[in-house]
Amino acid sequence: MTLNEWLPLIIVASSLAPGLAIFFLAENQVAARTTLNMFGAVLKLVLILVVYLGILQGNEYEFRYDIGVDLEFSLRVDLLSLLFATLSSILWVVTTIYAIGYLEGSRYRRRFFGFFSICVTASTGIALSGNMVTFFIFYEFLTLATYPLVVHRGTEEALQAGRTYLWYTIGGGTVLFVGVVWLFVLGGSMEFDRTGVLAELADEHSLQLRLLFWVLIAGLGVKAALVPLHGWLPVAMVAPAPVSALLHAVAVVKAGAFGIVRLVYDVYGIDLADLLGLLTPLAVIATITILYGSLRALVQDDLKRRLAYSTVSQLAYITLGTATLGVTASAGALVHLVHQGVMKITLFFCAGNLAETLGIHKISELNGVGRRMPLTMAAFTIAAFGMIGLPPIAGFVSKWYLGLGSLEAGHPWILAVLLTSSALNAAYFLPIVHAAWFREPDREWDVKRRARFLETPWTLLGPAVATATLSLAIGLFAITPWSPLEMARQIAETWYSER
Amino acid sequence: MNGELTTLFPALTVITPITGAVVVFLLPARLRARAGLPAAGFTVAAAILLAWGVVTEGAVRHELGGWGAPLGIDLHADGLSSVFVLMTAAIGLLVSFYAKPFFALAGEKGGASELFWPLWLFLWASLNGLFLSSDLFNLYVTIEVMGLAAVALAVLSGRPPALVAGLRYLLAALGGSMAYLMGVALVYGEVSTLDLGLVSEAVEGSPAIRVAFGLMIAGLLVKTAVFPLHFWLPAAHSSAQAPVSAILSALVVKASFYLILRLWVDVFDVAVTVAAGQALGVLGSAAVIWGSYQALRQRRLKLMVAHSTVGQIGYMFLLFPLITIGYREAADAPWLAHAWTGGIYQALAHGFAKASMFLAVGVFVLAVGNDDRRSIGDLVARLPMTTFALALAGISLIGLPPSGGFVAKWMLLKATFSSGQWWWAPVILTGSFLTAGYVFMVLRQAFAPAGKPIELNPVPRTMEVTALLLGATAILIGLRAEEVLILLDVGAPFDEAVEAGEGGEP
Amino acid sequence: MTAPVESYQIYAVTAGILFSMGLAGLFLCGHFFKKIIATKILGTAVFLLFISLAKRDFVEFADPVPHAMVITGIVVAVSAGAFALALARRIWNETGRSTFEDSQ
Repeated sequence: MTLNEWLPLIIVASSLAPGLAIFFLAENQVAARTTLNMFGAVLKLVLILVVYLGILQGNEYEFRYDIGVDLEFSLRVDLLSLLFATLSSILWVVTTIYAIGYLEGSRYRRRFFGFFSICVTASTGIALSGNMVTFFIFYEFLTLATYPLVVHRGTEEALQAGRTYLWYTIGGGTVLFVGVVWLFVLGGSMEFDRTGVLAELADEHSLQLRLLFWVLIAGLGVKAALVPLHGWLPVAMVAPAPVSALLHAVAVVKAGAFGIVRLVYDVYGIDLADLLGLLTPLAVIATITILYGSLRALVQDDLKRRLAYSTVSQLAYITLGTATLGVTASAGALVHLVHQGVMKITLFFCAGNLAETLGIHKISELNGVGRRMPLTMAAFTIAAFGMIGLPPIAGFVSKWYLGLGSLEAGHPWILAVLLTSSALNAAYFLPIVHAAWFREPDREWDVKRRARFLETPWTLLGPAVATATLSLAIGLFAITPWSPLEMARQIAETWYSER
Repeated sequence: MNGELTTLFPALTVITPITGAVVVFLLPARLRARAGLPAAGFTVAAAILLAWGVVTEGAVRHELGGWGAPLGIDLHADGLSSVFVLMTAAIGLLVSFYAKPFFALAGEKGGASELFWPLWLFLWASLNGLFLSSDLFNLYVTIEVMGLAAVALAVLSGRPPALVAGLRYLLAALGGSMAYLMGVALVYGEVSTLDLGLVSEAVEGSPAIRVAFGLMIAGLLVKTAVFPLHFWLPAAHSSAQAPVSAILSALVVKASFYLILRLWVDVFDVAVTVAAGQALGVLGSAAVIWGSYQALRQRRLKLMVAHSTVGQIGYMFLLFPLITIGYREAADAPWLAHAWTGGIYQALAHGFAKASMFLAVGVFVLAVGNDDRRSIGDLVARLPMTTFALALAGISLIGLPPSGGFVAKWMLLKATFSSGQWWWAPVILTGSFLTAGYVFMVLRQAFAPAGKPIELNPVPRTMEVTALLLGATAILIGLRAEEVLILLDVGAPFDEAVEAGEGGEP
Repeated sequence: MTAPVESYQIYAVTAGILFSMGLAGLFLCGHFFKKIIATKILGTAVFLLFISLAKRDFVEFADPVPHAMVITGIVVAVSAGAFALALARRIWNETGRSTFEDSQ
């Protein structure tokens, strides 16, 4: 085997190895732990960059391995996997720094960082999976790796949340298991290479293929938090802030959304999905989710809960774009996968900062906080404006493409959905921004942490500011050749060029 | 390798532990543990030699005393038996390492700990003998020796609950082996031979053979504790001491399963019917649901793990309906390889996972002093290695990837779909769901803060490490099934099917 | 010409009846000792069947193989029985119980 074949495995292992090694360190070996974590994170980024350059030169990166009989493990890099892997590894670096600050002095940090790295391994694995079996393996692995993080605090509330989380995800996993085996029986191992195995079966088994599609969507929909399978997400936000941040931005929810993208474009193929009439119902489900999530977010007073419902809603944009025929809408869906991640992680970082520094958990306690923590609230404001879709922030770009795509596809009602949802976004984000900046402080905050020069320790502030800047930058520079948008457009074009 | 020498390996695999047992028994009590471990090591070495011989030279036959069938007794090692001998060796060795410190501690509390080593080595010899015997009557002797040694081990602590459970176990085992022997007598009356190979050539689907086969299977079902004949298992397995529970649950029930499988596919294949296969499948399904549900309801950890054995054994019996239709009607049906691999993998994965689980619970009991589910609060922080072992074993039992249990369930589920027997699929999935329920219930307790701070008794490191190694093996065999399959292929009944299956695409 | 019913057939039928009795005893009797006796009856039934089989082919000499098996079987059965009795006695000494029923 050549190095090119091993590289995908090494990319996955670059977070697994530090994760496992951390378990063997002592609780108080903070420096060694941090070094290991950062080393893994940077190594992963560098490797992804190497692979990206290689792909541009036309190299192929594929790791294959027989588990037995006809089970095949396969890691393959294509542009879509790179897009997701890059997102998760960049956000891993940022979140690790944040977590180091956030958990300073708390118990069981060894366990936390160990599982944290393993969790990133799982999402990288999902990104690089070359076939449906491998995807399923990492999808379930992710459930297991995140459970200890959700219940990390060990409180009754956390344990309850863990239980809800498990029932949903194990249930979804079981349904997906059935779907994947069924798919396997119909069409073999299902490589993500669009050979159109299923398209050949379309005449003979169209009913089976339709049923199977919805089974798979039900399995993936749990993690993608499609209504009515979203119940775990608002509950799981009791986890420590860095976990919520990662869960909502890259790890769990994106695994589901990414799976739906793979399913529609690489397993069924856009033509087959269109032919079988699967896209419109999927778009309707996404629409319901978008509106329902936004409406629920409106009435939450708990900041993290409001953000959680906002995730439910924002995430469904990806599904909506996926279900809309046409290059522009698909590119919009893909780019939102990245943009939503960067913006949502900023919001959760800021919520964590407010809770850690001033003990603020509720929106009603936010009055005037902009004066006490200007940088945090500035970051929050940028990300919130992005979510609403104000130019030139990242969220605007994705919504623009989604809207344009809906017109191209001849579904103007989707544009109406987008506008309604943006109005709702504004309705639940603007009051927060207004209260923070323009209201007088009306209470004494319970100050938990102080820093000498900054409003809060730099490990907490830095990541929030960095991701806020990033969401501004990827919006501003969306049409430069290295931007996520450009990558998304390339990927979408390959899907449609084969029509 | 010298072919002459290879034929000695099956005998060696049986003789080594017997010799070990006798030598250890003759030693004074305080030296036994020290001699027991090397004896276990030699047995493992013999098992590895045997597997190597089978891989390099194909199935191996040894004629005891040089007589040969039909008059003499033969030992026969093919892929299937080697896989089980190897599993026994791997689990046996790790449990032995665990047992040494365990009984050093338990010995201080009374009981007959000094008898563990000779009994365990006898049990090991009978297991190997059972996997290798090619003679119906000799098989009876091995299952009887196995039953006696197993019960003796189960009552080693001398505590009344263990004694009562042990007697129930013994009576069930005796009833079962008598039914088996009755079947053997009828078979002998029909075909006048006992060698498995010769019997399989001679039998027809006559009523007498059907009755005989039915009696043998019924007897073995009791010993395998298949629902509803599992009544003796939970009490016996949960009241035994930790290493013994591990041996009983991981290995002893597998031995009678192996024998059913062997008789079903290799010997009486003309006598089996589709209905019989479906019947075993129904029993297995009932076991999956009932055992897993009961496990969910238990408060005591050891009882939970024991009930989980009942459920997991059920999965192995889903193999029979899947291969029975295929074997008789279409010997090259593509799902045979899946069903076959799935069933065997379930036996392997459950062996490792269940041994790990019992050993881990043994560590908890030693540390906390009881096995109530609610008293293990905060152990994830205080005994992380053992909790991790328990989690790994649990993952494999649930069948989450990547693990041996996942490979097993994947193969079984695929076989149910491609054979059109989709009605087993809900059973497989419900079982997984219930298993997830009890596994995570324990883990959740381990994450919860302890009610009141308790002083943990110190636990020897070896015990924690062996539990973890077993749990890790249950996971690791799921990463690579290929080697196991190569070994299993030697003399496998579904040879062509396995190769056809590797071709993959239907 | 052979008699309508050969003696070995009488043995075999008796073996069947004994086996059913033993099985019934094992399940229906409560007392440990009775259960143990029931397993002995089961064993006797099987051995009787073996003995009867030795003569089934109407040859001049009996088939020696079943005899060899019966001898081995008896040895195994005796040790199993002894072990069961020892267990039952131990339970009696420790707890004063002689049936499974009062075990709860």
